[in-house]
Amino acid sequence: MLKYPRALWRWAVQTARLCCGMPDYDAYVRHLRAHHPERPVPSYGEFFRERQEARYRGTGGRCC
Amino acid sequence: MHSAVPKPSPAGKILWTAIAIVGAWCLGVVALRRGEPINAIWLVTASIAVFLIGYRFYGRFIARHVLLLDPSRATPSVLRNDGLDYVPTDKWVVFGHHFAAIAGAGPLVGPVLAAQMGYVPGTLWILVGVVFAGAVQDFMILGLSLRRDGRSLGHMLREELGEVPGVIAMVGVLVLMMIVLAVLALVVVKSLTHSPWGTFTVAATIPIALLMGLYLRYIRPGRILEVSIIGLILLLASIWYGKTVNDTPALAAFFDFDAKALAWLLIGYGFFASVLPVWLLLAPRDYLSTFLKIGTIALLALAILLAAPSLRMPSFTQFIDGSGPVFQGNLFPFLFITIACGAVSGWHSIIASGTTPKLLANEREATMVGYGGMLMEAFVAIMALIAAASLHPGVYFAMNSPGAIVGTTVEQAARTISDWGFLVTPSELAETAKNIGEGSILGRAGGAPTLAVGMAQLLHGILPGEGMMAIWYHYAILFEALFILTTVDAGTRVGRFMIQELAGMAWAPLKRTDSWLSNIIATVICVGLWGYFLYQGAVDPLGGINTLWPLFGIANQMLAAIALLLATVVIVKLKRERYVLVPAVPAAWLVICTLTAGWQKLFDAKISFTAAANKYATAIAEGKLLAPAKTAEEMQRIVTNNRVDMALTAAFMLLVLTMLFFSLRVIDRAWKDNRVTAHEEPFVALSSVTP
Repeated sequence: MLKYPRALWRWAVQTARLCCGMPDYDAYVRHLRAHHPERPVPSYGEFFRERQEARYRGTGGRCC
Repeated sequence: MHSAVPKPSPAGKILWTAIAIVGAWCLGVVALRRGEPINAIWLVTASIAVFLIGYRFYGRFIARHVLLLDPSRATPSVLRNDGLDYVPTDKWVVFGHHFAAIAGAGPLVGPVLAAQMGYVPGTLWILVGVVFAGAVQDFMILGLSLRRDGRSLGHMLREELGEVPGVIAMVGVLVLMMIVLAVLALVVVKSLTHSPWGTFTVAATIPIALLMGLYLRYIRPGRILEVSIIGLILLLASIWYGKTVNDTPALAAFFDFDAKALAWLLIGYGFFASVLPVWLLLAPRDYLSTFLKIGTIALLALAILLAAPSLRMPSFTQFIDGSGPVFQGNLFPFLFITIACGAVSGWHSIIASGTTPKLLANEREATMVGYGGMLMEAFVAIMALIAAASLHPGVYFAMNSPGAIVGTTVEQAARTISDWGFLVTPSELAETAKNIGEGSILGRAGGAPTLAVGMAQLLHGILPGEGMMAIWYHYAILFEALFILTTVDAGTRVGRFMIQELAGMAWAPLKRTDSWLSNIIATVICVGLWGYFLYQGAVDPLGGINTLWPLFGIANQMLAAIALLLATVVIVKLKRERYVLVPAVPAAWLVICTLTAGWQKLFDAKISFTAAANKYATAIAEGKLLAPAKTAEEMQRIVTNNRVDMALTAAFMLLVLTMLFFSLRVIDRAWKDNRVTAHEEPFVALSSVTP
């Protein structure tokens, strides 16, 4: 992996977002299209809000 | 079932022999060089060699023989892929996420405090501890959770050990969390006491975060990177402007607080930050602190490599006998309690059974993420130790010793510390304070300020400039305060949910997280719990860290012991008794350390909470006043606080013993059984679910 600068950048963005509890939006859209075609596809903004709420809802937590 | 062990190639053999020789050579230099200071690079190289060898041989051994990781088995992310929580993710992305989640203030603070014994004891415990205990715990819990749909530690404990031990462990986790929040908040209090510059920059993060929150919500939804860059620029501006605040008496007065006032401010902040909508304050601060944390760890690594400082702290100091000013107690067990995160940290078992197992696309990748992630954290701990040990030992002890021991003026402190054999002059102490733009460096225990001075000196050595050291110092303080405060507000929220869940067992309406009243009640309880310990630390005669850090260490290692006991139980239930020592030895070690430390904190004539409580109680009975208490009421409060700490220590010990009892009972039963009794999810072939 990490063969191209673009792949490296994508890795960095994806990691940075995941560190903030934000999963990959494109992967979610692909998943919805493939498995739940009847459901509406949220915009990135909607997706972001939903995930932001979800991150602090449960007992996830982080380290000291 | 699992792949056969490949024969190492000749080139591989040569490579690993070379790494082993380099590592042994560097360790030899670190351990044997006497009389002259050694360069930190020896320590860095030795650590990296140990980590590589530990990963290649012990990590892979656990993967192949103990956990029997199977690349052909479908992971939870594949089986339950929902695109949100369960997503098969690239292993490097999971590694980055996992490391960001486990790295925090812990590995930066513990090693700094432990440096009072010299750099060798801390280094050895970090290296041995991480390879045989810390990384084993993280990796094994991750492995167990991977086989159980990514279930949490609490859930696995209930399944494998039973309902009662499961609930007991949950209460233990809640109490641990309160202590963590209190001690971390106290680190912030210690850093900001009578420091207008520091207080201003930390306070400035609140409006900056609000601005970021609004931007993310209404102007450019979801553009985390963009808004974080804006936030970072504003933060740097606030550090720069902090100097003006510091130099202007009229402005400085607004940001000059004593420890008590800061404790109250943090308690209030914790309450509001955790009840406000998360998008407004909590989330944006979280983003900022995550990026700043990773960036600063990288900066620290770079600074150490470029500056290549000498370790000025002796390899051992006289304080291995337990008479040290920073924390009291002998090397055994207190070194192993003081350095928790970095060597072995119970908290990680919660992360390793949280998001991470729901992201791994293949079991094979768990070694790198679980075992490797913890090795990275140990490396951070080694760097913190280097930053502390490269300071002038006199400055180190002046910063970390309580005023009750070294005095409250630079003259007294310099005299006491020079008497210990660490020659330092009053002007050196005053000069250091002036260089970092602070009024005084005395009594700044808690690790963060020491690390900040260490970092500032390293960075200043690379990029010198007039007044730059003060900027670097406040940058380091800000970054630590920022991510500690993020832990405090996110932790308060998590604690609130845990309280609601536990209280809901007693009275159902409290469970409703959509009810404002029940939320506020639970938040007040949560803030009250950690706030009590924070305030206690702020008024403590020995400066608080001295009292609270051992409690935190005991609690954290207790959780690690529970996690490793769970791993032991499961290995026996899986009928892999041959390998039971892999989790059982570190579990036993942690049980011994926590129980011994707890015992000494209860019954030792010098260092126990009991002795402190009795000393003040006797003085009250005789009508005397003992410093730093100024009234009889304050004396009484010190007695009460120590009694509370006694009760808490006893509760932790009881909890460890209870969990040990339940574990041994289950182990005994499973050992006699002739079949596998662990609750693993059934095998599903990866090839059957992926096209």
